[in-house]
Amino acid sequence: MDSKPTNIDKSYLADYTLHLADSSLIMGHRLSEWTGHGPMIEQDIAISNIALDLIGQARNFYQYAAEIINLENTEKKITEDDLAYLRDTFEFKNFLITELPNGDWAQTIGKIFFFSTWQFYFYQKLIYSSDKQLSAIADKSLKEVTYHVKWSSDWVMRLGDGTDESRKRLVTAIEYLWPYTGEMFVPAEFESNNEDQVNVDVSSIKKDWHDKVSCVSAEATLALPTNTWMQSGGKKGIHTEHLGYILAEMQYLQRTYPGLEW
Amino acid sequence: MDQKKEEPLWEVFIRSRQGLEHKHAGSLHAADAQMAIENARDVYTRRMEGVSIWVVESKYIHATNPDEAESFFEPANDKIYRHPTFYDLPDELKYM
Repeated sequence: MDSKPTNIDKSYLADYTLHLADSSLIMGHRLSEWTGHGPMIEQDIAISNIALDLIGQARNFYQYAAEIINLENTEKKITEDDLAYLRDTFEFKNFLITELPNGDWAQTIGKIFFFSTWQFYFYQKLIYSSDKQLSAIADKSLKEVTYHVKWSSDWVMRLGDGTDESRKRLVTAIEYLWPYTGEMFVPAEFESNNEDQVNVDVSSIKKDWHDKVSCVSAEATLALPTNTWMQSGGKKGIHTEHLGYILAEMQYLQRTYPGLEW
Repeated sequence: MDQKKEEPLWEVFIRSRQGLEHKHAGSLHAADAQMAIENARDVYTRRMEGVSIWVVESKYIHATNPDEAESFFEPANDKIYRHPTFYDLPDELKYM
């Protein structure tokens, strides 16, 4: 039957969209943990702004994913909230780096820097997706991410080329985070087929990402780790122990009082 | 570590979408000018308040002394003839 390939494509598209939504949501949720705890009121607001940008991106992707899923789903229509609040850890497809703890300020800056730089090159390509909705979300998000890269790059330079203490903390953070950067450039099953030009070949942005990260690190007088073994699994639903705790907190209200609104 | 001690205070001026001039929006702490501009963006323009930002370190602002307010400003109080409201305008001139 000729409807079968379409169904497969739609489920790939749903998974792909969910993967993008999950990474933005989990990263945004993590950063929102800084709200009220920033080292200074100015940075507290800055990081909360970034968190809100990411949660906004996640909402766009979840709404679209719900639309795709509902095409096949006639009996009960799902919403963006169902996707964010009622899926379990093994169904989440976010990058592992987004779920790692915030740690100290240097670790948080490192996370934003690595992830935002990936988003920056990724969205630049997703704009040319044959899928109009993904392209539009990429276009809107790119402006936000461009600032996140600038903001976090400035902090990497400030900490790396700052005091002995700030440098030591950033070096520790980069060593901790580095093994989680590899999976960002390895296509998952749902993005392995690109005949219809919907998704981005993530392996193609690895060089740009590495060049940018090296360049900023050099400005910060830091050397990047080389030939490290890389973690993977996030896109397949195999997560670190940290995601369960995030979901327990984030999903508590909807799990306890299903359908609650305010 | 007392960061406030290390980071100087900056005055922030924002030009709004409608306005031609930059208006004083407030002040904040930052380590350098670049950080001051980014902080100002995050603190003062997150609700679409601005299209341009100026920052200047507060120590470079020179101000009048409140103790001198009498001699500085009160002499202008009884010089209403300095306002351009004493001309007879022709009727054709509207919207003045």
